[in-house]
Amino acid sequence: MPAFIWLTVMTALRILARNRLRAGLTMLGIVIGVGAVIAMVSIGEGAKRAVQAQIATMGTNVIIVWPGATTVSGVRGGQGGAVTLTVSDALDLKKKIPLLSETGWARREVMQMVNGNRNWNGPINGVSPSYLTIRDWAFSSGGPFTQADLDSAARVALIGQTIVDNLFDEGEEPVGAVIRIRNVPFRVIGVLSPKGQSAQGSDQDDVIFIPFTTAERKVFGTMFLGSVAALFASTDRPEDLPEAVERIREVLRGRHRLQAEQADDFTVKTQVDIGKVQEGTNYTLTLLLFSVASVSLLVGGIGIMNILLVSVTERTREIGVRMAVGAKRRHIVMQFLIEAMTLSLLGGAVGVVLGVVGAKLTTVVAGWPTVISTDVILIAFFFSLAVGLFFGLYPANKASRLNPIEALRYE
Amino acid sequence: MHSFIQCDDIWKVYRLGDVDVQALGGLSLRIEKGEFVAVMGSSGSGKSTLMNILGCLDRPTKGRYRLEGRDVGELQADQLADIRNREIGFVFQSFNLIPRTSALENAQLPLLYRGLPLAEQRAMAVRVLQRVGLAGREHHYSTQLSGGQQQRVAIARALITSPSLLLADEPTGNLDTQSSREIMTMLDALNGEGITIILVTHEADIAAYARREIVLKDGKVLSDRMTKPSAQSVEV
Repeated sequence: MPAFIWLTVMTALRILARNRLRAGLTMLGIVIGVGAVIAMVSIGEGAKRAVQAQIATMGTNVIIVWPGATTVSGVRGGQGGAVTLTVSDALDLKKKIPLLSETGWARREVMQMVNGNRNWNGPINGVSPSYLTIRDWAFSSGGPFTQADLDSAARVALIGQTIVDNLFDEGEEPVGAVIRIRNVPFRVIGVLSPKGQSAQGSDQDDVIFIPFTTAERKVFGTMFLGSVAALFASTDRPEDLPEAVERIREVLRGRHRLQAEQADDFTVKTQVDIGKVQEGTNYTLTLLLFSVASVSLLVGGIGIMNILLVSVTERTREIGVRMAVGAKRRHIVMQFLIEAMTLSLLGGAVGVVLGVVGAKLTTVVAGWPTVISTDVILIAFFFSLAVGLFFGLYPANKASRLNPIEALRYE
Repeated sequence: MHSFIQCDDIWKVYRLGDVDVQALGGLSLRIEKGEFVAVMGSSGSGKSTLMNILGCLDRPTKGRYRLEGRDVGELQADQLADIRNREIGFVFQSFNLIPRTSALENAQLPLLYRGLPLAEQRAMAVRVLQRVGLAGREHHYSTQLSGGQQQRVAIARALITSPSLLLADEPTGNLDTQSSREIMTMLDALNGEGITIILVTHEADIAAYARREIVLKDGKVLSDRMTKPSAQSVEV
């Protein structure tokens, strides 16, 4: 049997080599199908990794609580319109929910900052020191501010790389420098390590952190003390997130004295929820991709079946001779199946090469990240083999059912 | 004791549309091992049908065909394929070589269906091509060979399995006189080595190589006579 398969594969390759144009055109459907899948999956995988990396920059196991919408005389204020969340909410959550490893809070406003003759408008964030821990901010130089800084409303600032680039000359050391925000002088005590784009596409490095108390008393001003724009919390383990979210809701509803029939006046989201939005997009893309690929493989398969039927007719006499010298039905079936699979596998191989090249080209030309996984390549090979097998069955069976006498007499 | 080939009251009826065509009508025939038989007759006399049945390519509608005592009518398609592979060699008028395939691979073809190791197949094909005088032409394609040479490749293909029966259907029909003579001399020599040969022809000078001449008419044996003492009977 091995000799039979080997010789049949060699024969199949020779027949394909003899009809190069025909074989090429027949394979085209498979080539395009497989190539498209490989390229698209590589691009999709690259995009997914990039999104995952971006989501990871949010921190680890992060929970975010936003204030809900307000309704004043029938006018709804929109998401975050209410000022229902406070610093004491955050402190109470930490106290009442042992699952939470950390809670923090923040307010942000876009303001002008000045260093010497340079100025820049950027988001000023008044945050608790714990916020920096929750969001996994690291420092490229200097370090964070402390609880003492918060308690004393110290005028210290941590600045992101984008601020450094826009407010300082090249080579100028930001740590230790004094910048002015709304005419209040701040000493820069730390430069944050760059995080790049957020999952929503904003520049996460265009940021300044100052102690929350300093922000509320000396920079932003406030309607009532301790109101925050968002609460942040984190858990040690990702699997604790859902329960932590439930507990946060309970505690906050209790603190806000909400009746059972009243809706939450806040929104709780986890990092996972935010990631899911992206994954949903990915899923749609994958589905689309699969439909394109299946149509392509179907068309390719029909092409193979068609050319094989032609081949069976052309080679009727040969089939007759093979039967006369002792080929059994299964030999004839195998011969044509092997030819079909050789054709589809070759198409698959060309498709893989094209797909990989296409993905690499996308990276080079468009700068999109791509990830080529061996899994996808193996699946593509398997599928092209399956297509050959499936669409080869009918012609192969037809060939094997020929009457040897009529086949030998066929002109 | 059965004869090597034993046909008893064989009928073959084809259905062509609404009409039944009777190709063989109660033919009986015995052929012993080592005979060299020429089957003659006008077209439509049933020669080809008889050859197809003798070659296990077809089964009789009625009657019994025994090859070496085995009732062929009772065998399955795969068993018939096995008999064709092991016991019977075919030589056709139009050579029926596989196009764009080397002489070696054509000769090797029957072994493909036997599962022998590749090297052994190759060696046997080389040997059998030598035997038919085609040494050095193993890698020629049929288009590079003359008609006589192509027919020799076909004979090599028929011989490679060392069959006991060689069926030749107008083997010289497409050849010139010189090549015809060479092919017939070769068949004669093979018969001398003990292979039973059944030859279909309508040319008297070709039939003259055989030792027994059977003439068919309307699907029956019209005449059956010895023209020469058989190679085997001389030895016996």
